[in-house]
Amino acid sequence: MSDDHVYMSLAEGHDDGDARWAFGTGFEDPLHGISTAVPDAVDRGELAATCLELADDALVTAQRLAEWTTRAPELEEEVALANIGLDFLGQARLLYARCGQVDGSQRGEDAYAYFRDADDFRSVRLAELPNGDFAFSMARLLVFAAWRLAHFEQLATHADPVLAAIAAKGVKEMTYHRQYAAEWVVRLGDGTDKSHRRMQAGLDQVTAHLGELFAAHDARTAVLAVLRQVTEAAGLTLPDVPPTPVGHGREGDHTAHLAPLLAELQSVARAHPEATW
Amino acid sequence: MTAQQADSSAAHDAPPALQEHFEATIARDQRIEPRDWMPEGYRKTLIRQVAQHAHSEIIGMQPEGEWITRAPSLRRKAILFAKVQDEAGHGLYLYSAAETLGADRADLTERLIEGRQKYSSIFNYPTLSFADVGVIGWFVDGAAICNQVPLCRSSYGPYARAMVRICKEESFHQRQGYELLMTMMRGTDAQREMVQDAVNRWWWPSLMMFGPPDDASPNSRQSMAWKIKRHSNDELRQRFVDMTVPQAEKLGVTLPDPDLTWNEERGHHDFGTPDWDELMRVIKGDGPCNSQRIQRRRTAHEEGAWVREAAVAHAAKQAARAEKGTAA
Repeated sequence: MSDDHVYMSLAEGHDDGDARWAFGTGFEDPLHGISTAVPDAVDRGELAATCLELADDALVTAQRLAEWTTRAPELEEEVALANIGLDFLGQARLLYARCGQVDGSQRGEDAYAYFRDADDFRSVRLAELPNGDFAFSMARLLVFAAWRLAHFEQLATHADPVLAAIAAKGVKEMTYHRQYAAEWVVRLGDGTDKSHRRMQAGLDQVTAHLGELFAAHDARTAVLAVLRQVTEAAGLTLPDVPPTPVGHGREGDHTAHLAPLLAELQSVARAHPEATW
Repeated sequence: MTAQQADSSAAHDAPPALQEHFEATIARDQRIEPRDWMPEGYRKTLIRQVAQHAHSEIIGMQPEGEWITRAPSLRRKAILFAKVQDEAGHGLYLYSAAETLGADRADLTERLIEGRQKYSSIFNYPTLSFADVGVIGWFVDGAAICNQVPLCRSSYGPYARAMVRICKEESFHQRQGYELLMTMMRGTDAQREMVQDAVNRWWWPSLMMFGPPDDASPNSRQSMAWKIKRHSNDELRQRFVDMTVPQAEKLGVTLPDPDLTWNEERGHHDFGTPDWDELMRVIKGDGPCNSQRIQRRRTAHEEGAWVREAAVAHAAKQAARAEKGTAA
């Protein structure tokens, strides 16, 4: 076997599609080929709002996970956090695309991601908080994945078949995200005195935001069941859920952290509004 | 001690039958496996090469990784995120291959952040625009493929097998990089300028990726005799230039070398001489981003120490609890 032969076989075009590569690297229109019809029983405005909220949550979460790149505590975590980030990015793309089909604007995914300002974003505040340390990031991922998973399980039977299919795909992904985060919360809670302190602090900060999550989608029973199980295994104390939300990201009322996050995300796209990428 | 000296001293002590078996395996183009006897020099040379390669994958995540959060479309963001993730995966395989030779990942990481082991000089250059992401895919992954495809036939089994998978992924990355540049060249004037500027900045450093010229590459001869390496630095550099020139024409960019011409007689392109003094400066630590790259890796490693310690402590507690449970 000559090297040239090996090289040629590597460099030639491949017709096998991008199936073996990460989801989302191989297509430009996430819903290409899928019927754009909306069943009569579905309220288009409500459907669009739901898609936009869930897409914004996913995009902001993916952006925070991307910030871990080259900063993770171990190489295995580099790979895992990127996997999870790519899953959320894929969810955002599908949901923005569906939103553009049903809100009457016919906008593409990038119009939503790159050309809206912070007060137009409907993401929850928990998602936009800075990454903090690894304990905070794992506490947030656990709570966020458990909450979103409960919502997606419900949406998997939604009257809109496209949203139902997106949700069914997401359920598989977030079952893994929840598991990954839960394992780390247990390791850190049980590990050393230092990791226990940090894990408890991370959990306390995250649970302060549960009120906002439950106001947006009341998955209280499912989320608290997960948190009770994980904190017990980790030897951590589950704080009380605050009775009132600390803010309403769903109404465009964000912390000071979202605008700089978006400024970075949108910087190149907005510098070249006429460009194609 | 050079690799050659190490080999001759080890060969001196080794039972002749083992040495002969090793030589015969290499001569028959068969693979050396972790369980096989091998000369100390061969082992050390391989650990050094595989570790440098692993370090290059991990440090190589940084220049492109800086653009994941700024990628100008969601599709490009997914592509770049997945690519940088692949590099972490490559680093993992390669550290594992080094561990089959008796090295330890934690120790190799210490050597990297203390500057005792090198990584590819190319990653010490900055990424100044999003076009750099495409040019790195095209040039740097292209050069890596030229370097690495022959390593799929390297005499050391675990390294050769890791390289097969890595080369497939690198070739995918190269096509993605080139496709980004094609799209940008069809875009606005500003995008075309970004691409040409990135090509100008990355061309010469990419040629330097093949290492110093053959007459100044002390370790190459022994590595070729051992079939760890299959082609000389200059042969691979020529192959890269010949491969890239028609791609540049198709793309519509100019490679920044006035001496670049087709030589009918040789059947190859003639090209100018890279600034070898610059390569030496970058290798010795004086490149534009050397300290920044190592600092980032050091910070991630040090700030992650408590997490790794917690995982070890938890595993030990689990094991103790399981043992107690069994005893009870």
